[in-house]
Amino acid sequence: MDEQYKTAVDAERAPVIGPGYTFGTVTEKISAIVLTRPASNGWFVGFGIAFLMTMMMLYAIGFLFLKGIGIWGVTIPIGWGFAIVNFVWWIGIGHAGTLISAILLLLRQSWRNSINRFAEAMTLFAVACAGIFPAIHVGRPWLAYWLFPYPNTMRVWPQFRSPLMWDVFAVSTYATISAMFWFIGLIPDMATLRDRATHPAARIIYGALSMGWRGSARHWHRYETAYLLLAGLATPLVLSVHTVVSFDFAVGIVPGWHTTIFPPYFVAGAIYSGFAMVLMLAIPIRKIYGLEDFITELHLQNAAKVMLATGLIVAYGYGIEAFMGWYSGDRYDAFTLWNRLHGPYAIPYWSLLICNIFIPQVLWIRKLRTSPVALFLISGVILVGMWLERFIIVVVSLHRDFLTSSWGMYYPTRWDWMTYIGTIGMFLAAIFLFVRLLPMISIFEMRTLLPEAEVKE
Amino acid sequence: MKRESTYGIMAEFTSAQALVDAARLTHQAGYQKIDAYSPFPIEGLAEEIGFHYNEVPLVVLIGGIIGGLTGYLMQYWMSAVDYPLNIGGKPYHSWPAFIVITFEMTILFAGISAVFGMLALNGLPMPYHPVFNVPRFSSASKDRFFLIVFSSDPKFNPASTRQFLEGLAPRSISEVPS
Repeated sequence: MDEQYKTAVDAERAPVIGPGYTFGTVTEKISAIVLTRPASNGWFVGFGIAFLMTMMMLYAIGFLFLKGIGIWGVTIPIGWGFAIVNFVWWIGIGHAGTLISAILLLLRQSWRNSINRFAEAMTLFAVACAGIFPAIHVGRPWLAYWLFPYPNTMRVWPQFRSPLMWDVFAVSTYATISAMFWFIGLIPDMATLRDRATHPAARIIYGALSMGWRGSARHWHRYETAYLLLAGLATPLVLSVHTVVSFDFAVGIVPGWHTTIFPPYFVAGAIYSGFAMVLMLAIPIRKIYGLEDFITELHLQNAAKVMLATGLIVAYGYGIEAFMGWYSGDRYDAFTLWNRLHGPYAIPYWSLLICNIFIPQVLWIRKLRTSPVALFLISGVILVGMWLERFIIVVVSLHRDFLTSSWGMYYPTRWDWMTYIGTIGMFLAAIFLFVRLLPMISIFEMRTLLPEAEVKE
Repeated sequence: MKRESTYGIMAEFTSAQALVDAARLTHQAGYQKIDAYSPFPIEGLAEEIGFHYNEVPLVVLIGGIIGGLTGYLMQYWMSAVDYPLNIGGKPYHSWPAFIVITFEMTILFAGISAVFGMLALNGLPMPYHPVFNVPRFSSASKDRFFLIVFSSDPKFNPASTRQFLEGLAPRSISEVPS
């Protein structure tokens, strides 16, 4: 662990872990949530609502398969409606999980140890929600597998010069690596649950998932190498994923899309919304399961600071977009800016500026950074703002392009909303199951944070 | 091969420091085939039992190179050899456009190699292992630290090894049946 960082933290700020814990109590506290704590009525109500929302999504998708994408609000010129807005929003949310688990690991930020597990779970579920949208928006979703290069009787291959193909590879690689990273991190904790569980079925299931982990020093040595290498691989990967998503737009010539600021500002926006989602999940979870000693004020503050920093990068991106609209002298770019501020979608654009730039500035105030309620509300505002940003990018750019004859309007239908809200339900249902079935905080990494874990030569 | 009736002798310790010290002393006493078990990774413990290098980085490097080559050659072969198709007048072999997928395939193959390479080198999954026969060993995933001297060690002797381990002030000593 990073000595200097830890002592600095101990001296002036909330600690990374509450005082008085031992290897045994940390283990018992986290594993008891899974093994012995009975599911509360609140859990059943919450899971039930999320499950019903998931069913609503399946119903909307089923009807889509029956009728076709005519049930959505998409029409030419706006061929990319909610499906792409939601895809970009969800995949962006996923980015914070990888940032916490991989990039903060490489930077030796030990405070990540108590939030990386559920942040990675969040990544996985967010990517699962994101993956639904491109598959169902292709028009003939039963042929979505044509995107993969497989030998076929038509003898043709995918078009590798298209950013949409890059996206297929980037997102599927991201989903695979995230799932493996998460699973590898779980193996030692599965062994802990195997040894603690009393129910025979639980012993068998956790035992199988632990793969016979026994904590041998040789195994740990290889394990740590592999974990570090995976983190090193996931770091450029996560930056590439939202970069490639932004290429979907930036490579096109539509005014408002064709700009080189897109990759960095998409990545910053992704981390911005992802941390907001981490806080929206962490704040109720730490309260309900009494984990304030593990997810301390320090974690909330650090997450708030990351949101503040990435929010400013996003604001810079908006500023540059506006500046280039004026400075480039391109009348279509200038019109895009004017249209955002005064056009038919002015209300979403101004709401976006309020949600993403103005309201989050209150995070400069230390008192609000450490208040869970305030952070929860601000995170909600940021998530709305980031969703609006994608709506502005997709819809507002498409609805006014070069020729007035190809102008149009986009009105989402109830099926659009049902699908979108349904994916939120699916995401929450997965989170509800996750907190009950798997240790939501990495037990073995928490042990390494304790003072007694330190060894002198 | 002669089958030993004992798999090894195991000593239990209550702190990470005690385990590292015991591992060092045991290795210095000339025992080669030993292993240590801990509920979390302890820096330097593997070195104390004489395990310095692992092959995971090499596996990952090879996986990454194979992935990168696969990604690039796949695109080249499909776009320029097997079915050249003129799309927007772009060259069949549009190498700048192939970089993204080449990169993603490098990461994918390297990551898969890291995970499966680590598991394979560790001999996992291995649902049964003799050390699980020691009842106290279930604490190895919680708050206890174990050191084992395998019976395959040339210096292993049931009586003297046990005596040696007792000299390290462990919390308990158990014989691991094979």
